[in-house]
Amino acid sequence: MKNFISTLFFLTITLVSCAQPAESEIKADAPETMNYELEVVIPELTNPWGMVFLPDDSILFTEKSGSLFLFQDGLKTVIEDLPEIYVRGQGGLLDVELHPRYKENGWIYLSYASPEGKEEGGHTAIMRAKLNGNKLTNKELLYKAVPNTKKGQHWGSRIEFDHAGYLYFSIGERGQRDVNPQDITKDGGKIYRLFDDGRIPDDNPFVDINNAKKAIYSYGHRNPQGLVIHPETGVLWEHEHGPKGGDEINIIEKGKNYGWPVISYGVNYSGTKFTDITEKEGMEQPVFYWTPSIAPCGMTFVTSDKYPEWKGDLLVGSLKFKYLERLVLQDNKVIKREKLFENTQDVRNVRQAPDGYIYFSMEGTGIVKIIPKKQ
Amino acid sequence: MKLSVISFITLVISSSIVKFDLAPQDPLAESISRGSEIYEDFCMQCHLPDGKGVENVFPPLAKSDYLMNNIEASIRGVKFGQNDEIVVNGKTYNGFMQPMGLDDDEIADVMNYVTNSWGNKNKDMITTEAVAAIKK
Repeated sequence: MKNFISTLFFLTITLVSCAQPAESEIKADAPETMNYELEVVIPELTNPWGMVFLPDDSILFTEKSGSLFLFQDGLKTVIEDLPEIYVRGQGGLLDVELHPRYKENGWIYLSYASPEGKEEGGHTAIMRAKLNGNKLTNKELLYKAVPNTKKGQHWGSRIEFDHAGYLYFSIGERGQRDVNPQDITKDGGKIYRLFDDGRIPDDNPFVDINNAKKAIYSYGHRNPQGLVIHPETGVLWEHEHGPKGGDEINIIEKGKNYGWPVISYGVNYSGTKFTDITEKEGMEQPVFYWTPSIAPCGMTFVTSDKYPEWKGDLLVGSLKFKYLERLVLQDNKVIKREKLFENTQDVRNVRQAPDGYIYFSMEGTGIVKIIPKKQ
Repeated sequence: MKLSVISFITLVISSSIVKFDLAPQDPLAESISRGSEIYEDFCMQCHLPDGKGVENVFPPLAKSDYLMNNIEASIRGVKFGQNDEIVVNGKTYNGFMQPMGLDDDEIADVMNYVTNSWGNKNKDMITTEAVAAIKK
């Protein structure tokens, strides 16, 4: 009987504790001292999703509503002749990136929600093109996920090149949690790898598997909106939105399964569970998970000498809590978190520019630059 | 035997059609039901399944004085985006809501859903035409 009661007690505790998702082990605090402030670079933007810095220090940036702008000498120019963009839900014109040898070849890469195809709706597309005056020319569609859907969620869409020149991009699971992420014959919930011209590398992990999408590099993702190459190891780091809780930072390795939705540290938006497990053989554990969710968007490693206290740290935008998060890492583990620039606006993207300064973009605000505080 | 199976199936099908014809659904109820699916896809991630939002971040829709007293402005916010400061149940919100790219009929459906859920009540059905008439 005693045994029965203690079992019952144990069971109750377990059940009760399981219903509450475990919070992140490291909490984010306000910094003790702050030596930096913000300078507005481009004001009055709506949803600046992607941005990249050209060799002449001008900024090429997207508005999610479907416009591409060049900001040069204090002036914004609209770039014309974009592909057809499907603006719906979280979809629209999304990321922009330069070829690693942009100075020689002029290639610009765009990710966007595209209606191309037979079905109604849209899916994520990757295009490369060149800038000629205020026009986009030499457009080449490198990848278009299928099938289209009218769902509004989870287009993913960050673009990143590694040190060897491979092109990586993310596509979210498009609101089809139980259909796409674990199936390598379907698009969505994946990180992809291509050559810069769209060809599929022979050593991509699933090239020999029948019916597989050969461009897939890793799978089991929900909605990755952060991709960055680690400046020292050259390895791809990713972050993705969880549902309620369970946003993750992952180190992406070829052919690996990151578990969504079989394993997760999150629960449904309603608070009910969709899985009982957070780990499983054959599925990768995150470097870090955020519970509660911060809604991470954009990320960069700080390598510049302009911010000595932050060197080597990871910066991540929070769409939900309107701040920039600084994560201090040690041996690929997060050991400290700080909330920088609290009470600003939803942070959409963050990048370190070739001039060494860190820029970030905010919804309903614009693009700002982090500068040392004036004495 | 085969014939009787076929006639049974025919009977079931025809009776269900007759039943459907006899009890047409209320158009508001149908709109609310379509609207609940739109809500799940486009709104729930911020405003949450119970419509309560997140205090000081995402305004509540459940028992929201702003929503129920400003239905036209709310439709305009869904259609064209919302970037002005608003006061909801005594709290100020100045976040940015992007336009969702929904068609007018989808906006009508989701508005009928939110204005008739979580304690909200709005008997005057919001129509596609009414949404179409709202300009920036």
